[in-house]
Amino acid sequence: MLAWTIYLSFAGALSCLLTPRANPRATRAVALGTALAGLLCGLMGAVQFKPENGLEVITHIRWIPALGIDFSLAADGISVTLVLLTGIAAVAGVLFSWNVEHRTNEFFAFFFALIGGVYGVFLSLDLFLLFVFYEIAIVPKYFLIAIWGSTRRDYAAMKLALYSFIGSGMVLIGMLAAYAVSGLASFDLQTLAQHSFAPEFQRWAFPLVFVGFAILAGMWPFHTWAPTGHSAAPTAASMLLAGVVMKLGAYGCLRVAMTLFPEGLKMWQHELAALAVTGIVYGALVALVQKDFKFVIGYSSVSHMGFVLLGLVTLNEVGWSGAVLQMFSHGVIAGLLFAVVGRMVYDRAHTRELDALEGMGLARAIPFAAVTFVIAGFASMGMPGFSGFIAELQVLIGAWQAFPKLTVIAGVGIVIGVVYTLKTTATVFFSDKPAPAEPHAHDHPLEPITVPERLGAALLIFCTVLIGLHPRLLLDLIVPSFKSPLFDGLRKVAGL
Amino acid sequence: MNGLPLISILTFLPLVVAALVFGVDRERRQLARGLTLAVNILALALVAALWVNTNPADGAIQFTERHVWIPTLGIEYHVGLDGLGLVMLMLAALVIPMAVLASDKIQENVPLYCGLFLFLQGGLFGAFTALNFFHWFLFWELSLIPAFFLIKLWGGPQRSDAALQFFVYTMVGSIALLLAFLALFLATGTFDFLKLAELARTKALGPAVEAKFAWLGWGAGKAYLVLFIGALLGFAVKVPLWPFHTWLPLTYAEAPTPVSMALTGVMSKLGVYGFVRLLLPIFPEPMQALLTPLLWLAVATIVLSAFAALAQRDLKRILAYSSINHLGYCLLGVFAAASATGTAHDRTAALNGVVLQMFNHGITASLLFCFVAFLEDRSEGARGLDDFGGLRKVAPVFCGLMGLALFSSLGLPGLNGFIGEFLIFKGVFPLVPWAAVLALPGLLVTAIFILTLIQKVWCGPLNEKWARFPDLTYNEGAVVFPATLLMFVLGVWPQFIIAVINPTVAHWVRQLPF
Repeated sequence: MLAWTIYLSFAGALSCLLTPRANPRATRAVALGTALAGLLCGLMGAVQFKPENGLEVITHIRWIPALGIDFSLAADGISVTLVLLTGIAAVAGVLFSWNVEHRTNEFFAFFFALIGGVYGVFLSLDLFLLFVFYEIAIVPKYFLIAIWGSTRRDYAAMKLALYSFIGSGMVLIGMLAAYAVSGLASFDLQTLAQHSFAPEFQRWAFPLVFVGFAILAGMWPFHTWAPTGHSAAPTAASMLLAGVVMKLGAYGCLRVAMTLFPEGLKMWQHELAALAVTGIVYGALVALVQKDFKFVIGYSSVSHMGFVLLGLVTLNEVGWSGAVLQMFSHGVIAGLLFAVVGRMVYDRAHTRELDALEGMGLARAIPFAAVTFVIAGFASMGMPGFSGFIAELQVLIGAWQAFPKLTVIAGVGIVIGVVYTLKTTATVFFSDKPAPAEPHAHDHPLEPITVPERLGAALLIFCTVLIGLHPRLLLDLIVPSFKSPLFDGLRKVAGL
Repeated sequence: MNGLPLISILTFLPLVVAALVFGVDRERRQLARGLTLAVNILALALVAALWVNTNPADGAIQFTERHVWIPTLGIEYHVGLDGLGLVMLMLAALVIPMAVLASDKIQENVPLYCGLFLFLQGGLFGAFTALNFFHWFLFWELSLIPAFFLIKLWGGPQRSDAALQFFVYTMVGSIALLLAFLALFLATGTFDFLKLAELARTKALGPAVEAKFAWLGWGAGKAYLVLFIGALLGFAVKVPLWPFHTWLPLTYAEAPTPVSMALTGVMSKLGVYGFVRLLLPIFPEPMQALLTPLLWLAVATIVLSAFAALAQRDLKRILAYSSINHLGYCLLGVFAAASATGTAHDRTAALNGVVLQMFNHGITASLLFCFVAFLEDRSEGARGLDDFGGLRKVAPVFCGLMGLALFSSLGLPGLNGFIGEFLIFKGVFPLVPWAAVLALPGLLVTAIFILTLIQKVWCGPLNEKWARFPDLTYNEGAVVFPATLLMFVLGVWPQFIIAVINPTVAHWVRQLPF
């Protein structure tokens, strides 16, 4: 069932491309249908999935036997969680792109090519296949920004692509080295994970692969592509970029770098934790001083992804499950924030400057956007009752165990997060500044929030509250995953 | 009783209705107010039902409800009530409707305003009944959100700064608190208050924490102490304890007055509640180890805030500092109960005084803010100490009733304010005489600033500007009269509350490891 998410998305991409350009409504219908079908497949797969079985192989087809490359897909609770996230983000992304009128069919074709690639990465068991899907996901990204983007889109698209390719280059080298050194003539992740690589090899291979993936997860100091990319991208693309593409990086860190080279993680644990915490605090501080609404959210993503990386390197199960939950949670919350900023506010006000938005009295003009942003803001700052809290709570528990001092600094990062979120909310929506006497502000009242926007926001809010109040829905999937043989090496190194 | 989950109903009723009230049309103000008050009254009735059905002889937790929530993290839905919880619920059930009734002058976006108040009440009910840290923290933070918006959207000229300061200060404390309890969870595998207290009682908690953080090489007792300081910070900001009080005067002054009522009446009690429910039972030894500095801080809170109140010229700021001063006595009582020497009898007296003072201060302080709200309605917002004068002649009833509340705040015997402070001093004096003696000037200065207030506003020659100052209306009387009556009842017959709290307090004192 889960594998169908991939096929359906690529089929959807093709169908979207084939719909007539003059008829964007047909394209939208196909797109929404594809996204919903993908989400449905994901949900059905999740319901049928038995987390206690660990890693479940779904499809296994010989592909290039000479090189030990197979088309093999598999899922454990972590993959299922992220597949669900992708499905949710895809549906919300389509709903928030309802107003794309420029080359609609191509827009959605790229959109679903990206989604298909993402599903593929989350479900690949073969390292080569994973890498192929990973690259497939990057290319549409470039076009989405370069064609449909806004501020400095060429620069942003190029920067994003270059950073991604440098990252994948590092991954590729590490991957090929592992293939060669192991001598197993296989790209199968499980087989490779069983092999214990020499500590000296792990010492350099681990950081190479980990950082290669972590670039896409926005790890400080390789995060600079993220805010520019997020800001330039069209709304749906920012939602996907922050919502799922950054998760690809984190997923790669966990699934490839950490399982193949567990001892390498142990060697570099403290350095990576320091980078993660720096990202948390630095991202939050930079967000505090931004003048562009979307940059605030962009840097907040860097800060929140820091928690994912911190959780991963704690080397204990609470931290890991917190990191995976944070991937889900941040995907939903960041999607919501970008939807408000990009679609609800920018498409109406045509500016993202905080100073300009301040005088518009947006809470009165578009109250729905204000309420959505308030909810998303509280979720993002880690208020209990939303998914972010339970995720960051687990990461912090894990981190307390591993690096108490850094944990306290991460706590400072949370406080700064509260400050910039509240300040931004107050400035944009609840400013006391009287509206400027500009004529156009009164002549053209902002158009009301449309139904697709309402549905999309409702879906994302529902998810973050549901997981916030009943995290077991996902935790029962995630926690048993770490018992599977794939994580044997990691568990041994962690002393679990 | 009857197997009905009364506490859950009590908590979720206001939250659910709040969602409904948010949806009420902006123009239908009376509907929103009516719905809110109906829920407030229903909640009061529920608390009364709990009060009647409680078994006063049993100091332990009653009406427990317990469900698995997140098993991998030892998180449960666990609620229950003892005397302290019950008294706090009663306070929240009384003060919130008073504040809603005093909000007649709020005309802008009434449904949102009323809904936020209900949300706040639900959050408070949840926080006062939760027995699992995760569950408690959820409601503790949840109650911040409505308070933030009530200040931000309906406050005075500096409301944005006030709301932000209020929220961020509290959050800093909350994060420290959160980290401390996460470390406790790591060491013990539980978030349950009762289990943690039991571990502390058997002196197993300290060693468990040490063992977990031994590799830091901090030395004996240090890690437990550090966690205590983290947790302390959370509550010290909330109460507040000097020098963490700086957010409070601005917040109380800028918040709309009904919100100030709720803030001082109930939300500040959340902080004291934390000291009594969490810090004393879970960290008795670190509290004892830091006893002298903590007592100094409490004394500083009491004395300095009294002097600060004396120096203020804005009525709301005077009341804000007076609030800090009164809650300082509570903290003095809690800290003294952790003293190494002393009898169980004295500790019981001090802690009884603390709980009583929490309730009494809640009633009196919110009543005082309520009077200031009425005063502001008449003076078009003027509330300076020197703006009035001689009002006694034109508004005798107003003056009389507000005077009563002021005298109660001053601690006049026969009114409710007296008995709590008396019990605290009665307990603290034998436990740590020097602190009791040093805190006494606070009482004196309180008397001075309260009498000054009475003199400047009510006595002297009539300020001609207010020659047509209307006396208390019937509607306003209906708000303040029940509370005034309660002040007398509690002043004369405190047994009404002591009967509920004494067994609980005696139970805690038995649980203390020293």
